[in-house]
Amino acid sequence: MMEGLLNPQTFMVFKVVVVFVAVLTLVALATWAERRGAAFIQDRVGPNRVALFGKIRIFGLGQPLADGLKLFFKEDVLPLNVDRVLYTIAPVISFIPATMTFAAIPFGKPFVKNGIQYFLSILPPDTNIGVLYIFALAGMGVYGIIIGGWASNNKWSILGAMRASAQVISYELAMTLAVVGVVISAGSLRLDRIIEAQNGLWNIVPQFIGAIVFFVSMFAETNRLPFDFAEGESEIIGYHTEYMSMKFSMFFLAEYANMITASGLFVTLYLGGWHFPILDSTVIGSVVAFVIKLLFVLWCFIWVRWTLPRFRYDQLMRLGWKVMLPLSLINLVIVALFYAYGG
Amino acid sequence: MSHAQYIPLLIFLVIAILFPLVTLAIARFFRPSKFSKSKLSPYECGIEEITEARENFNVRYYIVAVVFLIFDVETIFLYPWAVKYRVLGLFGFVEMGIFLLILIFGYVYAWKKGALEWE
Repeated sequence: MMEGLLNPQTFMVFKVVVVFVAVLTLVALATWAERRGAAFIQDRVGPNRVALFGKIRIFGLGQPLADGLKLFFKEDVLPLNVDRVLYTIAPVISFIPATMTFAAIPFGKPFVKNGIQYFLSILPPDTNIGVLYIFALAGMGVYGIIIGGWASNNKWSILGAMRASAQVISYELAMTLAVVGVVISAGSLRLDRIIEAQNGLWNIVPQFIGAIVFFVSMFAETNRLPFDFAEGESEIIGYHTEYMSMKFSMFFLAEYANMITASGLFVTLYLGGWHFPILDSTVIGSVVAFVIKLLFVLWCFIWVRWTLPRFRYDQLMRLGWKVMLPLSLINLVIVALFYAYGG
Repeated sequence: MSHAQYIPLLIFLVIAILFPLVTLAIARFFRPSKFSKSKLSPYECGIEEITEARENFNVRYYIVAVVFLIFDVETIFLYPWAVKYRVLGLFGFVEMGIFLLILIFGYVYAWKKGALEWE
């Protein structure tokens, strides 16, 4: 089966295309699931009207397609006092790292065919940079926000951009510190080694504190409720106030792609990646296990959004600097002590 | 070490750059473009803006950025240590303990000075 596909070069290109398409499809599905999930939690029906060819409704699954088309055909005005170049490239800048981060995540178990080993992640694991690559690219995400906000030359945008960037860098610190514990237990920056090290016992059990810090930081990093100060629908509109049409949808895509990558990362670092009893005995089963876990974490994003109210900004900063940061330090000390004496 | 390993990333990067650019470019041919002066003004809930948008911002954002910079660099120093930690054993623990104590000292200092306050 797929003999032509299984030479390293075509497999590589195949992987890249599949991952890119899969992430974008998941984004579309996530926007649909978000609204259906919101409706479900609030005891409403939600979008269920869009029908393909006027007939096939399937729970309104065509909604993201219709939304995309609508945004595509919307007028795109270039407001008078924006910085034209930065205004145009900001959505692109925030889109690139959002999708690129996923490249390091192994989404299935490696397999050997004809004596060649194939890895199911775009970035070959033997580059030894997995974790660093992810943090480097995740750090790039803030540029799109701050450039977009500044270039818009609008008070709401600038306020939103300032808030978003302060929040993102604050939680990035706690996140990076929490992951040090994972790196210690795996003894490698390679994400495939980190997953292997979790065979039998997922990191979420021994490093529970780190997992909590990472989980909470994920919401702040992706600007999701309860920390959605970049947008804050009811107070300021956010860094993309001046954006419309396809440029706005790029920011939108980036936000959801960030959620998907964050979910994938949480699965990789704390939920054992593609490990799952029975399922991971085959390659396809391991991919299925990974996707199921990813979808579950993604659902947590939606679940939390429609359950918790928004924080206040000072509460957010206090939580980040005075609770999450010490917690991640405590986690680090516990893990270090454990491996100094026990491991 | 060869750089050939990074080719898939390069392909991914090209796709990730081309996708938004191409969609933006194609959309140009399909979307309407009706000029009107009010559309070009910044969004201010319908009120004319009276001051520049790029005003001074609260100094706390700046302080947070500075504190972040220091701690982030220190965190990155932890990574090489973490990778080799299980090889280093007790030596690594004591050594990094000292490093962490300095880091925590700075953190407590920043806290006491009120750099982390946000009201």
